[in-house]
Amino acid sequence: MSEAVSAVIAFPSENPQLHTQNAREDARDSARKSRAVASTTEPRWVQVLLIAAALLFLLGFLLLPLVLVFVEALSGGVHAFVSAITEADALAAIRLTLLVTAIVVPLNLVFGIAAAWAVSKHEFRGKRLLVSLIDLPFAVSPVVAGLVFVLIFGAQGWAWPLIDEGWHFALPWLGEFTLQLPKVIFSTPGIVLATTFVTFPFIARELMPLMEQQGTDEELAALSLGASGWQTFWRVTLPNIRWALLYGVLLCSARAMGEFGAVSVVSGHIRGRTNTLPLHVEILYNDIGQNYGAAFAVASLLALSALVTLILKAYLEWRHGESLAANHRH
Amino acid sequence: MAVESASIGRLRRRRVLPGFGLSLGYTLAWLGLIVLIPLAGLFIKAGGLGWQGLWNIWTEPRVLSALKLSFGTALAAAAFNALMGTLVAWVFVRYRFPGKRIFDAMIDLPFALPTAVAGIALTSLYGPSGWIGRWFEAIGVKVAYTPLGITIALIFVGLPFVVRVVQPVLAEVERELEEASATLGANRWQTVTRVVLPALWPAILAGFGLAFARGVGEYGSVIFIAGNLPGFTEIAPLLITFRLDEYDYASATAIALAMLLLSFLTLFAINTLQSKLTRRGR
Repeated sequence: MSEAVSAVIAFPSENPQLHTQNAREDARDSARKSRAVASTTEPRWVQVLLIAAALLFLLGFLLLPLVLVFVEALSGGVHAFVSAITEADALAAIRLTLLVTAIVVPLNLVFGIAAAWAVSKHEFRGKRLLVSLIDLPFAVSPVVAGLVFVLIFGAQGWAWPLIDEGWHFALPWLGEFTLQLPKVIFSTPGIVLATTFVTFPFIARELMPLMEQQGTDEELAALSLGASGWQTFWRVTLPNIRWALLYGVLLCSARAMGEFGAVSVVSGHIRGRTNTLPLHVEILYNDIGQNYGAAFAVASLLALSALVTLILKAYLEWRHGESLAANHRH
Repeated sequence: MAVESASIGRLRRRRVLPGFGLSLGYTLAWLGLIVLIPLAGLFIKAGGLGWQGLWNIWTEPRVLSALKLSFGTALAAAAFNALMGTLVAWVFVRYRFPGKRIFDAMIDLPFALPTAVAGIALTSLYGPSGWIGRWFEAIGVKVAYTPLGITIALIFVGLPFVVRVVQPVLAEVERELEEASATLGANRWQTVTRVVLPALWPAILAGFGLAFARGVGEYGSVIFIAGNLPGFTEIAPLLITFRLDEYDYASATAIALAMLLLSFLTLFAINTLQSKLTRRGR
């Protein structure tokens, strides 16, 4: 700013020697003035104060909790740590968490792409309503998300007869059939359903603003050159959104692995069978023996995966910020 | 020229891209199956109770105090986050200091860290013998197992919403306006409060709304630090799980419905206020 101003002021002088000298003097002058007059930034001591306040806040609310997880996890020694995370129930919880994530993320991935394709590349009535409905799970408490599935599939639920006895029907010539649903509540399908509900908007939300921004020019060019619809999608659209897709998958898996409230309602907390990692942390923490060390050991696995998520996320923003939606370009 | 061709293009290409029917159909079917039908089930179940039945459950003292606690702490935490989140965004956008990138990346920790892990970590940290809790204990302030502890957990989960919404808006604020304000004789405080802040209000409010919505329903990070004393530190989502454990589905449904309605109302009010502010800002 000061340079630009001094250059403008100095411009009329015709002697180049004098010009630079003037400019230098003017720059010095304006620097002095900007210190004297209240200008467009804060005094240094205010800056230091504000930075200190912000960092102190982040320290107490973000950094220390994270550090504490690892300190507590290792407080009982490496041996206790290893035995806590290799115990049979912990391993079963890890397996279940990974299984649920591996089912939920692809489901939401396909949904996210379909929703973004419909919403961002086409015009239709009720589009805004559709977008807010997709966002709806963000506004619903995880516990309520679990509850709605209990109301449908639970022991007093509408679908319970289908699960309990099944639906008997006869087809001509083919004989009798029974359609029976698997158990949902207190079992893996319920955990999958609740997690899908909670992570529902994650990938769609990442894709929609980006695809809106990219418009349809490239797809139209591909179509006019004779590509089929699928070819256009695989060769033009998908490469354009791949980093945003990865970003969405990252956030979606982090939430899917860590979901607690919704899963807690539908899981029934059966050790070794319907216990996900976050539920296992809770059980260990509330154990009669106050098994804090083991709880934090298992929690540190989740914290570690959160750290990896953050690092990957920062890397994507830094390296591929241009191909993410506008609000992720730092 | 560019505008003209774009508008002509939009007219023509309405249905040029293939796959509209398929993608919209799939979107609607999946949305209905996973979100809308299950939520509709909640409303039908609640409707079966009738107004009187709902009212009776809502006005139970334990339910009332749980709802008050959930909404009160969520509002307090969102307000605190609106203040501190804006400060953090300001510091990140405007100042340079060592470690800024790392702190910036860490803002999203509450998104990535499972809530149960955050819950036990905050409980240990702010508990009576915790690293931070013992200092509060020394001055006679109890944090863990009080509404203050709940608010702390909600501040943790809501923090990134405000920062991430305000940060890009603040980065876009035109410095020229501040320079103009300074040349016209405003001091720095006047410039910040009368020029910069009005441009930020809609973003701050949006972040506040998101943090609030998240806080009202939050469960995992709260139940450890709350202590869960009925009528004192028992949040509404926890009460729902208790009622479910007792197979009292009617009561659980009624509380869930109250939470949904109240948070939609609050979000609607925030949205209205926000669009008013945005219009005035322009």
